[in-house]
Amino acid sequence: MLNDNEKVTLAHGAGGKKTSELIHDIFQKHLGNRYFTADDAAVLELDSRHIAVTTDGFIVSPWQFPGGNIGELCICGTVNDLSCMGARPKYLTCAFQIEEGTPLRDLELIASSMAETAAAAGVHIVAGDTKVAGKGQVDHCFITTTGIGELQPGLCPSGSRAAAGDAVIVTGDVGRHGCAILLARGDYGIDAAVTSDAAPLWSIVEPLTKIAAPEDLHTMRDATRGGVGTVLYEIAGESGVGIELNSAAIPVDPAVRGTCDMLGLEPLYLACEGRLVIFTPAERADEVLAVIRQTEQGRGAARIGTVVSDHPGKVTINTVLGTQTILPAPGGELLPRIC
Amino acid sequence: MTPEQKEKLQKAKDLITSYRGPRIRIMEVCGTHTHEIFRLGLRQLLPPDITLISGPGCPVCVTPTTFIDEALWLALAADGPRATICTFGDLIRVPGTTASLATARAEGAKIQIVYTPLDAAEYAHAHPEETVVFLSVGFETTVPSSCLALQRAQEYGCTNFTLLTANKVMPPAYRAMASSCDAYLYPGHVCAITGTSIPEQLVHDGISGVVAGFTAAELLTAIAVIVKRVPLGQPFFVNCYPRVVKPAGSPKAMALIDKYMQPVDAEWRGLGIMPASGLALRPDYAAFDARKRFRIPPLDGHPNPACRCGEILQGRCTPPECPLFGKTCTIEHPIGACMVSREGTCSAFYQYGNY
Repeated sequence: MLNDNEKVTLAHGAGGKKTSELIHDIFQKHLGNRYFTADDAAVLELDSRHIAVTTDGFIVSPWQFPGGNIGELCICGTVNDLSCMGARPKYLTCAFQIEEGTPLRDLELIASSMAETAAAAGVHIVAGDTKVAGKGQVDHCFITTTGIGELQPGLCPSGSRAAAGDAVIVTGDVGRHGCAILLARGDYGIDAAVTSDAAPLWSIVEPLTKIAAPEDLHTMRDATRGGVGTVLYEIAGESGVGIELNSAAIPVDPAVRGTCDMLGLEPLYLACEGRLVIFTPAERADEVLAVIRQTEQGRGAARIGTVVSDHPGKVTINTVLGTQTILPAPGGELLPRIC
Repeated sequence: MTPEQKEKLQKAKDLITSYRGPRIRIMEVCGTHTHEIFRLGLRQLLPPDITLISGPGCPVCVTPTTFIDEALWLALAADGPRATICTFGDLIRVPGTTASLATARAEGAKIQIVYTPLDAAEYAHAHPEETVVFLSVGFETTVPSSCLALQRAQEYGCTNFTLLTANKVMPPAYRAMASSCDAYLYPGHVCAITGTSIPEQLVHDGISGVVAGFTAAELLTAIAVIVKRVPLGQPFFVNCYPRVVKPAGSPKAMALIDKYMQPVDAEWRGLGIMPASGLALRPDYAAFDARKRFRIPPLDGHPNPACRCGEILQGRCTPPECPLFGKTCTIEHPIGACMVSREGTCSAFYQYGNY
């Protein structure tokens, strides 16, 4: 049995009795399911012949923050990447790199968050790996997850399909995860009630697969590191189009806005972990928005702009003064790592 | 925005856009103003007879090359203290004569980025084996926190903490640049500390201006007031940011500055040496003064000769008129200080593509 004050030692990673204990008492306990195996590989079933696969590493500091922890994040990040391709998330694997000295109760909290988030996302964690690194070689705990999803018929979103006339939709307020992390670090001495938006988003995409013409969902991308602004520049580049935003329509939580004003940050460039950016023809925008707003994670969805054929590769903003400016391109700002 | 704010904004906007008359030159002397003006696309609203000039309002931009050279000496020189340099992030990419703090880091200099000066004092306390120097740059807004850091270091009994000062005060710059503009957009943050007695005094010397806040409505209102008052021909001062700027400013912050610092002649990048335009530690605190403590040799820094940051800071030329701008000097590879700092004029021109 686990001792409440016990910490991870190098012995936990040596493959012997301690390793078995760690897997049994924490990972098997929280993450176990009918696919989770003691054998060398998990054996899985899939209905679809077309699958999507993605992998992502998570090294967030601090490992827990208002609104979540790295366990929740490592599930959301990967299932959201699958969801953006129109793939129903089915299975995940996870690899842990744990710093020697990490309290076991922290790992337990992370594993239980992973289990809870995986259940909410409808995905099974089927295989895993645990490595222990010496003190200072990693910071607390790094997690890499790989996900497999089944592509749904009809959907074929791609970053290169945005077209002039498309509406640009975000599924909720922007910049909350990045802001929560910055504040949780305590570097700025600012107190503000900001919680991360981390959430699995298949619950938004699934109802969208049932709209009249799902192929009209030209582009879907989850805004993570770099925020919505970076996604917009990526898509403007990949599709060779311009994007025109309406500054008054961009949803920003007042506490996030206040923090950004104080620190001179642009909310569009702060990370999200539970927001999609969706491009669909303007005539479909109302229908798509209505479907998104009926979901729990999409209640705050808004149409923030339009795709234009002018200024390809650039994102402009119509300001409150009625002028038009350029959204400065994502730069090499030395922002600390956050996801 | 409330309907009331919207109406006010519209009124100010109409007044500005419909102006026709003698040319009005307005100089903003605050990096945050510069950045907001670009972010809002405010220059696009101005009729041909109104010009906005970005003056020396960014503390990083006015910091002379010699200061960076001094910091490099402290960090790297064989006969220096090999100090750990604590600094705001903006400063590390500013070029010195031959290197920047960022390139010095690759050569083994220990550079620690801090978010407030207090963090530097805490760092010194936590690392008694290191010699820690905080690069104290900035105007009246940031000087009090440098003083607080010194106070904290004193309380801890730190003997390994010093300041390398290049702090500046605005009034001499207002006087020096007076002929370059018809009215100043005074910096809201600075005036919140210093109060309104300085700009009120400047009225008697024939220098006009208004204190402005930072929202779209506050900036437009302040410019509208200038547009209304300049043609009347009488020097004026109006506090257009009364919700934050009080006539007495912050006496507590000013007392803190006065306790630790005294006016000195100071070099401003591009503007040269201006009498009593800087702040340095009083002789009582010489033990905390990196220049005195480590006997930094006289250094004579030279910026890249083609860089026109100096003229840009005085409003004598705009960034696109500089031969380096957008070619060899970019956000990714800045050559001049005005491109390095997020609040710099060149950086604003470059990022917002107004060239």
